[in-house]
Amino acid sequence: MTTISIDRVSRWFGNVVAVNDVSMTIEPGVTGLLGPNGAGKSTLIHMMSGFLPPSSGSVTLDGTPIWKNQQAYKQIGLVPEREAMYDFLTGWDFVLANAELHGLPDPGAAAKRALATVEMEYAQERQVSTYSKGMKQRVKMASALVHEPAVLLLDEPFNGMDPRQRMQLMELLRRFGAEGRTVLFSSHILEEVEQLARHIEVIVAGRHAASGDYRKIRRLMTDRPHRYTVRSSDDRALAAALIADASTAGIELDLKEQQLQIQAVDFYRFTELVPRVAKEAGIRLLTVSPADESLESVFSYLVAAK
Amino acid sequence: MNVTVARLTARGLLGRRRGLLLLALPVLLLALSVLVRAIAGQDESTASNVLGGLALGTMVPLVGLVAGTGAIGPEIDDGSIIYLLSKPQPRWKIIISKLVVAVGCSVVFAALPTYFAGLILFGTYENLTLGYTIAALIAGVAYSALFLLLGVVSRHAVVWGLMYALLWETVVGQYVPGAQTLSVHQWALSIGEKIASPGVISSSVHLPTAVPLLLVATLGGAWLAASRLTRLTLAGEE
Repeated sequence: MTTISIDRVSRWFGNVVAVNDVSMTIEPGVTGLLGPNGAGKSTLIHMMSGFLPPSSGSVTLDGTPIWKNQQAYKQIGLVPEREAMYDFLTGWDFVLANAELHGLPDPGAAAKRALATVEMEYAQERQVSTYSKGMKQRVKMASALVHEPAVLLLDEPFNGMDPRQRMQLMELLRRFGAEGRTVLFSSHILEEVEQLARHIEVIVAGRHAASGDYRKIRRLMTDRPHRYTVRSSDDRALAAALIADASTAGIELDLKEQQLQIQAVDFYRFTELVPRVAKEAGIRLLTVSPADESLESVFSYLVAAK
Repeated sequence: MNVTVARLTARGLLGRRRGLLLLALPVLLLALSVLVRAIAGQDESTASNVLGGLALGTMVPLVGLVAGTGAIGPEIDDGSIIYLLSKPQPRWKIIISKLVVAVGCSVVFAALPTYFAGLILFGTYENLTLGYTIAALIAGVAYSALFLLLGVVSRHAVVWGLMYALLWETVVGQYVPGAQTLSVHQWALSIGEKIASPGVISSSVHLPTAVPLLLVATLGGAWLAASRLTRLTLAGEE
């Protein structure tokens, strides 16, 4: 059982706060670190992998600080986001070198096993520079697995992968999680995280926005107030009918633009309500479009709600 | 010393264009030596000019620069150093391994060619060749350590290195005699001075000053490089 604890961690670069007072515990199983680009996910992973000291707070592996503690790498496998590796080596030489650097008793066998795990044996004699993005990702993965670490940290591992490779990697990570390893991966795509991680940590603008199982996160994201822009053949009549229902919290009649700005509080009920009310009143709906649906705004809502 | 780190470093250094550059410099020196010998004959001051100015003054620092910064700079730049650092290895071991490779390059591509150039130009008379060769060897070690340190601390290591080797040691040293006290070139010359027959090689720095400074530069450079590598942080993409 290996656990990474992040305790009241902040990290700033000059005047820019990248991570702001975040506390979380990464336990065995698969955890997804979700947040929009630039939210501080990589900064957090760099701190968890010993490549950045926290400006304040502590990042520990089973109670031992990770920064400047090279022994921690006996338990940590890291799959960095950047693609650069030793491109002039073959896949085999690269993974073998990683096994040797870990000081494993039988680096050859370890490299063989790791390459088999990611199903890259067929291309192991080719130079890394000739690999596709997905293949590089898998070889990086093999290099991180070579010492069978208890903790696996992956920074945006699904970037640039095709759907099949994505499925394979997800399957692999699921297996590691089931084996009791602590697996943490970052992503900015909710669907991706939801498919794989039982537990999700959401980070937005450097702050810890939410934490919990994927159902809870999904609910948080759909239960928030939604804003809609609606145009119809009779805006005023439609507004009157909609405000009577508990699923709406406010409606603004925008005479200039000839449209309604609606604040809905119950997402599912509201989406069912609009067409029904319109039909009953004989009003024709011209536009029903959600405003501010970007991932960014969904996440910001979570931060504000916390 | 870690064999894997050394192997990766050597392959990275020699496998790309850098390898060709490292090879081109000594080939140039040897070709020039043959030419000079054919034209000017066996002449002490000519030999001394070529060995001191071209070999020790230009080739040795350039090879040290390419090998020293090239042994670590590109890996830090592109981030692949993460694969060396995310291992249960003390960071000083990584520095020592890389230093050994850089010094090895200096021996093969700078000190040995200096020796052969000396043989071509002047033979073994008056220990001139031996003096310059030992000086090249020692300068190679010091340059490697200093430029390795530059490679760790700066993304513009090559520029800083060139400024030191070409501007400081040559141009500034010419006009400001004091600058020569802080010059690897002069420190190495002072050792060559002791080895060659009296009056053949001269340095502006005395041996008792040069030796401690060489040690400080080499050991201090390596130590600082290791300590900076221990605190190396990776800036995020974001």
